[in-house]
Amino acid sequence: MAVKTKTSTRIGVTILGWGIAVWLFFPIFWMFLTSFKNEIQAISTPPKLFFMPTLSSYAEVFERASYWHFTLNTVIVSVGATAIAIALAVPAAYSMAFLPSSRTRSTLLWMLSTRMLPPVGVLVPIYLLARNTHLLDTCTGLAIVDMLTNLPIIVWMLYTFFREVPAPILEAGRMDGASRWQEMTMVLLPLALPGIASTALLSLILCWNEAFWSLNLTSSHAAPLTAFIASFSSPEGLFFGKLSAASTLAVAPILVFGWISQKQLVRGLTFGAVK
Amino acid sequence: MSRLKTPRTALYALTMLLSGSALSSASGAGTLTIATVNNGDMIVMRQLSREFEKAHPDIHLNWVTLEENVLRQRVTTDIAMKTGQFDVVTIGNYEVPIWAKQNWLAEIKPDAAYDTSDILPTVRDSLTVDGKLYALPFYAESVMTYYRKDLFQKAGLTMPEAPTYEQIRQFADKISDKTNQVYGICLRGKPGWGENMAYVSSLANTFGAQWFDMSWKPTMTSDAWKSALNWYVSAMKADGPPGATSNGFNENLALFASGHCGIWIDSTVAGGLLFDPKQSQVADKVGFASAPKGPYGKGPTWLWSWSLAVPVSSHQSADAQTFITWATSKDYVKLVAAQKGWVAAPPGTRASTYAAPEYLKAAPFASFVLNAIKTADPNGPTAQPRPYTGAQFVAIPEFQAIGTQVGQTVAATLSDQMTVDQALASAQSSITRALRQSGRAR
Repeated sequence: MAVKTKTSTRIGVTILGWGIAVWLFFPIFWMFLTSFKNEIQAISTPPKLFFMPTLSSYAEVFERASYWHFTLNTVIVSVGATAIAIALAVPAAYSMAFLPSSRTRSTLLWMLSTRMLPPVGVLVPIYLLARNTHLLDTCTGLAIVDMLTNLPIIVWMLYTFFREVPAPILEAGRMDGASRWQEMTMVLLPLALPGIASTALLSLILCWNEAFWSLNLTSSHAAPLTAFIASFSSPEGLFFGKLSAASTLAVAPILVFGWISQKQLVRGLTFGAVK
Repeated sequence: MSRLKTPRTALYALTMLLSGSALSSASGAGTLTIATVNNGDMIVMRQLSREFEKAHPDIHLNWVTLEENVLRQRVTTDIAMKTGQFDVVTIGNYEVPIWAKQNWLAEIKPDAAYDTSDILPTVRDSLTVDGKLYALPFYAESVMTYYRKDLFQKAGLTMPEAPTYEQIRQFADKISDKTNQVYGICLRGKPGWGENMAYVSSLANTFGAQWFDMSWKPTMTSDAWKSALNWYVSAMKADGPPGATSNGFNENLALFASGHCGIWIDSTVAGGLLFDPKQSQVADKVGFASAPKGPYGKGPTWLWSWSLAVPVSSHQSADAQTFITWATSKDYVKLVAAQKGWVAAPPGTRASTYAAPEYLKAAPFASFVLNAIKTADPNGPTAQPRPYTGAQFVAIPEFQAIGTQVGQTVAATLSDQMTVDQALASAQSSITRALRQSGRAR
């Protein structure tokens, strides 16, 4: 009886898991499917599941816009913003996890509160700052803003991971004569590497998909893939096929990257949970 | 020590990468940055602009294609803050008079060969402020009625050349077949000043309604507004498609093109799309008529033109004017005809386009569109004197916010969240508040 219940529970959980996975993946699947339809098929009611696929939308997208230029900008901005954010967040999280003061907790909460502000609230000051520092429409400007936007969540994640590292291990390092820098780079970082990797991956995904600042701070030279997608929306005319093709091209690299590194990501996110 | 080498090298590489990308962003001299939308005619312009670059090797074109609302926001920010990111901007005849009065736009002075007198007078006037031209029209549109000839024939109906709203409602009732997903009438329902309110404002005009009286007091609770909105809500509930509050121009275009609408009242620019078999399943079944008239019959009429203007913040004003005169010239129309066919010629701007027999042959709706645009009068008389101009919009800066807010209350009537009376009362108070805050009304 116990075995029977266990089996039926397992089947139920499996079905539920697959159901949620299909539900989450369906928009991406439909976007992928629509990208191979012509504009008439893309808008047909009821929607067509079976049709003669065409690459015409992709051909038009490649003809109209320089996909590689947008992709390169996205890679530069995402990698740049993530690298700077990790470089700043590691010492910050280290200090908060291992050298806490009476204000650490409130500082952490304050950092997180900046994520609760709607970005449009600070659009004008950020735009003016970017203009006055000649950083409008540059990868540097966008990378800095993306980095600052994601920094609170990165510090929080790293802080959580670092707290899972037993303090006696660091103390042992100190007993052996390690300086603070050596303690952080030679003892802590190797131990927390899965957590750092998954944090970096999350930051990369957030930067890749960031649209608000990309659309407002860039125009042509530094425009990333989110601007590339937006340029295929049209106020007058059919565009769903081309928009789907552009979106598929934009999400493909990060999706593939996510699939490849999902083991690392899951390992990182559950870091410390099984100790 | 060697352990520090790798992070330092990485940091150095990162700095070089980012600074390199920063340096590369500086535009070279002779590069024009053009902000535009992703409409079919603009896509053709972008493709054919290679010819311009060939003829002007010292001018390089850099295109920024943005979604319509993002474009407005970006261009407004750019001009207001004098950033100078854009040398040519694509704007409508709503923005031109407002921005010209703010001294945001450079005056355009085309040479004699450009033949300004060939531009349709209504379109030219909508881009002129105090006798000065501030933008050149790329294409223009008014409003007309599209209908399915086969459905009318089946129901034994004949669409008059100039129908009334009363007739439209009767026709819609008769041809509606909701069980087979054929909806008698499709109208804009998506909230927004340029979406549902473009249509609803035009509807209200012909019912004798207007937005403001001479003291800038809103008149939303007038009987004329009630009649107009009651017609709209009643027709859409009886014969419209489900989920109409999600339908703007594109969604209705998709519905009509895929055979789900019997009547559609919208922009004349849809003609080229509905008659194109590549984009429409009903290309051989489309009929057209004038925009319907309401009880008032007169009133300002819909006119919109997508135009090219040069912001005063541009550092290359002369080159920018050279480009916009090329892109809106008679020669450009001929170039489009030669490369893409006459049907792709930008509509609604030049009399010479409509004088070309090839165009009239390729676009069966051409003379109809010409008449709609020639007779369009955004300054037409309302039932009572009014302090503003515009037909499907009110030409004041506050209208984007007001129109969108009222658009949301109008949409709420379609989804049964509000009655017509409640929606109009709510609109009245929200507009009063907005104009008081802006200082336009006391």
